[in-house]
Amino acid sequence: MKEEKVIHKCFWVWQFEKEERWLNTMAQSGWVLTKVGFCTYHFAPCQPGEYTVRLEMHAQDRDYLSFMEDIGAEYVGRMAQWVYFRRKAELGQFDLFSDLDSKIGHLRKIGRTLAIIGGANLLIGLTNSFNASHLGWINLLCATLLMYALGRIHGKMESLETDRLLLEN
Amino acid sequence: MNDNPVLTESTYYILLSLYTPQHGYGIMQRAEALSGGRVRLAAGTLYGALTSLCDKGWIEPLPVADSRKKEYRLTETGLAVLKNELNRLRQLVANGETVLKEETI
Repeated sequence: MKEEKVIHKCFWVWQFEKEERWLNTMAQSGWVLTKVGFCTYHFAPCQPGEYTVRLEMHAQDRDYLSFMEDIGAEYVGRMAQWVYFRRKAELGQFDLFSDLDSKIGHLRKIGRTLAIIGGANLLIGLTNSFNASHLGWINLLCATLLMYALGRIHGKMESLETDRLLLEN
Repeated sequence: MNDNPVLTESTYYILLSLYTPQHGYGIMQRAEALSGGRVRLAAGTLYGALTSLCDKGWIEPLPVADSRKKEYRLTETGLAVLKNELNRLRQLVANGETVLKEETI
């Protein structure tokens, strides 16, 4: 029987770097990511350090997936807007963003998504509250959380933007 | 657009690598080789840059059969931009050397 390990673990959206570090620690200890779900990660055995795992927010994009395939990266899966890739470490260092501009661009993309979902929740929450619905508070709670997440992402973005005034990477 | 664009290091090395047509992985390898291992273009950075450079018309995809890896080449405009950048870099180096002529570098 094929060995598999399933771990349930949740990360906040601003912890995507921490999530990536954890997935690479797993790969270092001989477990590589094979499938992702909501707060669920599936792993298969691998040689310790055989793979590098990367994740990013990216819309559905066939061109991008075939580009990644061309450079030797495997598409592991997608969870909402997040895509997961892995590549054999023997092919060399595998990174998704190598300069400040593209790192800032990625954070901006995350921020935009949070702002849209947060705005929608705020609108729905307010409408429901005025209509004396009992569920309006759920959306308002979500909106608050999403706005907090947006703040965290903006914080990261600002520190990179300060560097970008002087540097390229 | 600015008549004298200043390129980022990533853009400069991508254009330089495309002096002869290359696919994505080829660009990464060329840029790394040209810079003596210093410049490592990351996958997402490169993909984003290739898309924008095609939009600007500085590079273009080569027409290929479906099964092959997608290749790109430098356009005439792209070559002009690259030459312009090279002149700017020459001036940058000359200025640095003039000011710091007393220093051993």
